[in-house]
Amino acid sequence: MLGLERKDFVFLIVVLALTLAAPILLNPFPENSALAQFNAGYPDLMQRIAIFAIFAVGFNILFGLTGYLSFGHAAFLGAGSYAAMWMFKLLSMNILPAIVLSVLIGGLFSLLIGYVSLRRSGIYFSILTLAFAQMSFNLAYSVLTPLTNGETGLQLALTDPRVLDAANNSGSLPDTALFGLAMNSTTKVEMLGRVFQFNVGYYVCGLISVLMFYVALRIFRSPFGMMLRAVKSNQNRMNYTGLSPRPYTLAAFVISGMYAGLAGGLMASMDPLAGAERMQWTASGEVVLMTILGGAGTMLGPVLGAGFIKYFENIFSKINETVLHGWFSALPHAIQDPLVWLAARFTGEGWHLTLGVLFMLVVIFLPGGLVEGGQRIGGLFRRRKTDDPEHHPKRAPHVAE
Amino acid sequence: MDAIILQTLNGLDKGSAYALIALGLTLIFGTLGVVNFAHGALFMIGAFCAVTMQRILNLSYTVVDPSKKDFLGNPLKVQMPYVEHWFGHDAGAAIINWSVPLAILLAVPVMLLIGFAMERGLIKHFYKRPHADQILVTFGLAIVLQEIIKQIYGANPIPTPAPSQLAGSLDFGLLIGFPANTIVYPLWRLVYFLFSLGIIGAVFAFLQFTTFGMVVRAGMADRETVGLLGINIDRRFTLMFGIAAAVAGLAGAMYTPINSPNYHMGMDFLVISFVVVVVGGMGSLPGAVAAGFLLGILEAYASLNAVKDLVPGIDQIIIYLIAIAVLLTRPRGLMGRKGVMEE
Repeated sequence: MLGLERKDFVFLIVVLALTLAAPILLNPFPENSALAQFNAGYPDLMQRIAIFAIFAVGFNILFGLTGYLSFGHAAFLGAGSYAAMWMFKLLSMNILPAIVLSVLIGGLFSLLIGYVSLRRSGIYFSILTLAFAQMSFNLAYSVLTPLTNGETGLQLALTDPRVLDAANNSGSLPDTALFGLAMNSTTKVEMLGRVFQFNVGYYVCGLISVLMFYVALRIFRSPFGMMLRAVKSNQNRMNYTGLSPRPYTLAAFVISGMYAGLAGGLMASMDPLAGAERMQWTASGEVVLMTILGGAGTMLGPVLGAGFIKYFENIFSKINETVLHGWFSALPHAIQDPLVWLAARFTGEGWHLTLGVLFMLVVIFLPGGLVEGGQRIGGLFRRRKTDDPEHHPKRAPHVAE
Repeated sequence: MDAIILQTLNGLDKGSAYALIALGLTLIFGTLGVVNFAHGALFMIGAFCAVTMQRILNLSYTVVDPSKKDFLGNPLKVQMPYVEHWFGHDAGAAIINWSVPLAILLAVPVMLLIGFAMERGLIKHFYKRPHADQILVTFGLAIVLQEIIKQIYGANPIPTPAPSQLAGSLDFGLLIGFPANTIVYPLWRLVYFLFSLGIIGAVFAFLQFTTFGMVVRAGMADRETVGLLGINIDRRFTLMFGIAAAVAGLAGAMYTPINSPNYHMGMDFLVISFVVVVVGGMGSLPGAVAAGFLLGILEAYASLNAVKDLVPGIDQIIIYLIAIAVLLTRPRGLMGRKGVMEE
């Protein structure tokens, strides 16, 4: 169905169902209970997870399939954000034209950078993309200020033309909307002692991310996807069979750039603001972290990675020493204090430390990411089939040499 | 003319930091074949060695100074640094004053130790893995090191002044026949430039004129054959990793008076120093040094007003533009050997 095999179709349906039910599923703990801080069912966080999932899924089409490690994808995200903001300022607060333009800009920008960067592979490719992204970041901060508003970032203003919208006399900034449906409108439902928040913006992001997931799934299963895998496993052999890897990798690069542009456009649609820091190379590093942590080259990995990082970033930064003392209060002080001290180093402000350690552990011990971890744990409980190395050849490493 | 000379000095000064970091990166890549994204973090740790030295020297105990009174008329309590107590007031104050150069004494052993630990504990296991894995794991390590430093020293830049004798400016123009006050340059930046020349010279002399250096150079050319000759090349390479870390650390420690150290200074330098290595040629030590100074000077020239008026924003991107041009036309870099990481 939908051009998918039965197994993939079921997979897609499950992803769709999870996305739709996320506001309920992510809110398992009753309000005012001690565990309520672990709830993730509020719009802002869920939107971010969905947007970064799009970003990471797109990045995975490039890195996971072809093995080209780009350290500059944040540039496309930033460009998409700026494009969307200009649409809001000039045309209309409707997010549709903004998103369309941000995808186009992301695609064009990545075509330009990809065309040059893909002349090299391996570490040179990484450094070229890094150089381009750093260049865009520096330019956005300095010379392109009329376009990007420099350090302040691009914001809405009352004086913006917005030619398609009705005149705004309310004196306050208009909200982003999809044909009149405001992105920040939320329906709250109180049930079973929990408050479930159904937010329009989240559903827009979530449905688009499921759609993009479907597109990625089709790419993964298509002959084109096979070509991309061929690029990773052996470029020489591909050349010998008379195929040039260049157009395929460029196509993958542009597709992932469009995904990044879309993510940037959605980001601006949810919160109409765009700053240059979205283009910095640490932001590119973040999507690399997400993809690797989840599992590069798998369908689910980047989504898992994005959800994992965004969720724990949010939760961990809320845990401070007082909360920790509450948790360990059963222990005697002699044990409690050092334990709290140690835990506090990794929570709150120390979230990035946890992330760094976790990332290193994954790269060292679990190159396939969380997905591989899950498979290994699953493998422990499954009945062993007869080991036949002929039919279980070792999988190729997930990165190109 | 004076503006050009001033910018040349600026460029040499920036270039010396780039060259030192790139030298260390190339040492690691040339010997171990590992792409070290954590090298910026090593530079940053070196800078915090200077902060630590300053704090150690300023360790004080409280004494009551009967000769002074506070505003209530009670005897004033003053902080008495231990070094002043031990060596007398003048000598102690002088030692505290010179804390940044003295930090070298701390930075070298600390960085050697960190280098050894890093190589033996982590990098060793990544020789056989693809370059992308090496980039990723050292990138993770860089985050970890940076966050640890942030937790210890906080997120704000910590001012670490140069010795007062070297803190002023030098009227450089007078030395080369310009009228007074045309080319005035901070003295410490000149010291930094000379210092980096010294370090670079020392590293090259070490590799060129010692038996150890000879073996290392042989190992860089053909690791396997050196191993077959019965030489434990791994141990020497570990030492080279330590030396590379120490070079980065020294560069960082001496850089502190120019820019107050903060926890993300390493990341800021890392990107540029990678570009420097690539422009100079992967694995080529003279290339790294030459490219470091070259890019530093070009960056400085690009920030001349005349140039900026011609091409706005060029000073922000010139380094990257050069890198892109070099990579596309001559991927092995300016002085890279043929066949090393050329694709």
